[in-house]
Amino acid sequence: MPVKDVGLVDQGVVNPVEPFLRSDRMPHIWCPGCGIGTTVNCFARALIESKIDLQSLALVSGIGCTGRVAGYVKLDSFHTTHGRAIPFATGLKLANPKLNVVVYSGDGDLSAIGGNHLIHAARRNIDLKVICVNNLIYAMTGGQTAPTTPGHATTSTNPYGTFEPAFNLPHLVEAAGAVYVARWTTFHVRQLARSIGEAFQKKGFSFIEVISPCPTLYQRRNKMGDGLDTMKYYKEQSKTRHGAPTSEVGLTLKGEIIVGKFVDRDRPDYQTMMRAQYVEALGERFVEAPEMVCS
Amino acid sequence: MKADPRGVLTGVHFIDGDHACCEGALAAGARFAAGYPITPSTEVVERFAARVPTVGGTFIQMEDELAASITLQGAVWGGAKAFTVTSGPGFSLMMEHIGYAAMTETPCVFVDVQRGGPSTGLPTLPAQADMMQARWGSHGDYEIIALCPNSPQECFDLTIKAFNLAEEFRVPVMFMMDEVVGHMTEKVVIPPADEIEVTPRRHTHKAVEDYLPYQTNGDMVPEMAHAGEGYRFHVTGLTHDERGYPNMTPQTQDKLVRRLQNKVRAATDRIAMFEEEQLEGADVVVVSYGITSRVAQRAIDVARERGMRVGKLRLITAWPFPENKIRELAAEVKAFVVPELNLGQMVREVERAADGRAKTYPVSHAGGGVHNPEEILRVIVEASRCR
Ligand SMILES: Cc1ncc(C[n+]2csc(CCOP(=O)(O)OP(=O)(O)O)c2C)c(N)n1
Ligand code: SF4
Ligand SMILES: [Mg+2]
Repeated sequence: MPVKDVGLVDQGVVNPVEPFLRSDRMPHIWCPGCGIGTTVNCFARALIESKIDLQSLALVSGIGCTGRVAGYVKLDSFHTTHGRAIPFATGLKLANPKLNVVVYSGDGDLSAIGGNHLIHAARRNIDLKVICVNNLIYAMTGGQTAPTTPGHATTSTNPYGTFEPAFNLPHLVEAAGAVYVARWTTFHVRQLARSIGEAFQKKGFSFIEVISPCPTLYQRRNKMGDGLDTMKYYKEQSKTRHGAPTSEVGLTLKGEIIVGKFVDRDRPDYQTMMRAQYVEALGERFVEAPEMVCS
Repeated sequence: MKADPRGVLTGVHFIDGDHACCEGALAAGARFAAGYPITPSTEVVERFAARVPTVGGTFIQMEDELAASITLQGAVWGGAKAFTVTSGPGFSLMMEHIGYAAMTETPCVFVDVQRGGPSTGLPTLPAQADMMQARWGSHGDYEIIALCPNSPQECFDLTIKAFNLAEEFRVPVMFMMDEVVGHMTEKVVIPPADEIEVTPRRHTHKAVEDYLPYQTNGDMVPEMAHAGEGYRFHVTGLTHDERGYPNMTPQTQDKLVRRLQNKVRAATDRIAMFEEEQLEGADVVVVSYGITSRVAQRAIDVARERGMRVGKLRLITAWPFPENKIRELAAEVKAFVVPELNLGQMVREVERAADGRAKTYPVSHAGGGVHNPEEILRVIVEASRCR
């Protein structure tokens, strides 16, 4: 339930990241104090720092407040259907392996309706960079319980408090096979930008979770204050533990947030394995996929 | 443009409709398929999985049809010609993405080898009961094209046509097979590549600064760009303007949705393909499609032997419905007889187009087999007696 007409300046999202944004689409729809803009800023900074060729970069979003990121970045960008950013991105990447494909979406989109795609893309080790903005809620639709909502939080669909156990996303994607897993909050802007840069160096399924405030629907309803109070909470309650076992990084309503780079490992990505298998089985008969530009 | 010879298995083959469909896709230039196994369609992608690494391309078996139906669209925006293949339950899961393809004008092909439903129904037995779902299954107003082959040869020929129409109109094209046609083995002649016409993508020739992804010039179909070419365009399933940017006003909605519909509707007569026989002077016209047209042929032949004047109209294009053709015939004939493997789907369209000028007789069948020609004959006799 974002409000209209919030200047981008509020987020500090001007220069030098402006070339990455569709300035003709401003103002954006995100609320004051929303963390999504901050993550976009970090993303843009990571692109500058890692000198990624923007022409070869495509960004795919699902549906939600976070899903709107695709509409604001000046890249080949696809706003797909709810939950299906990963399979769309999979098709894009397989058709044109030269593309760097980023999936940028919300916790509900990626882990509820899209949860099956998330684990299978990690299992296959599709070379995608997934940025998951986890505001612990379904924001776009008005603050309903997500699979990530911590126990006892109040949401519009659990007005007496949630009681179902939540997903620990780093643990989930590590178990499924991701080669790079990190978590930061929107307080950790430099660390987040660095992690995004590192993910671009990996070949395979990379997952970066960004704990992000939704003051409008989550913090307010749970009496956790506004955007600024949330920053304070992130600052005070975050503990950086690189390499922490992901089984130990689950979140609670008001407790500690373990952040850091949890997983950084290598295994062949889908396309490498596919090619190797074909070469082994077919020998001379194998034909390399052409550059798929059918103009 | 002519087909890429690498995908064309020129020669005379003895294969089933599913395999012929796969060869048609390869001949049409499809180099990407995403699928999820389901009877009676799986043979299409099994063959594609075996063939495509020797031609240059990719097959991926996805985790479900929700994924398959959008993975193929990612591939299209990456530059490939792509398709997916399914049957009843899987087709139901794909509906949201048929709407996405219509809205984003993603050229692609959905093959549905129809089996008996609803639900799990009759996994190994035929039906033609997804015809309305193919047209109306996704929410909102949109238009698609649907073709109905009645032989393995047509599974080859019309799959090429399906890809060509998808590219020409930038719509999802439904390839509506049925279990019998899919599993029937017959002679299939695959011509040399230089005899196969394929429609290239409507790729823009504009410079980056002049390109607007959803601008149209006269013919209502915009030009495409692919990711990675420097256009830095945006695609969304939200209502969008010519820049491809979300614009959620009734005005933009009206302009966009009407264009999506009109670009196909205005070309209905050009898209319409049918096979006709002895329509001149006919009292009764049997309107059929797919496998049912072959069963109906027997009934038509017997009726003619008995002196009845029976015409045949086989729909090859089911959608957009060739209503002008029916309207013209309705002024000349007494009645239409419409056998189909469902409890009355395309017959509603025939009735609507006939608009009372000729009577309409359904010959329904719940699926699981084909009609007995006797049942169709009985209705032809009844129809020819009507006033
Ligand atoms: C198939 C489908 N079901 C439901 C919706 C409604 N819907 C839109 S966004 C959303 C939840 C988004 O939550 P999340 O991914 O966490 O994104 P956020 O808004 O929190 O950034 C839902 C349920 C939809 N658009 N499509
Ligand atoms: S996530 Fe919350 S704060 Fe951010 S735009 Fe959506 S409703 Fe507003
Ligand atoms: Mg969320």
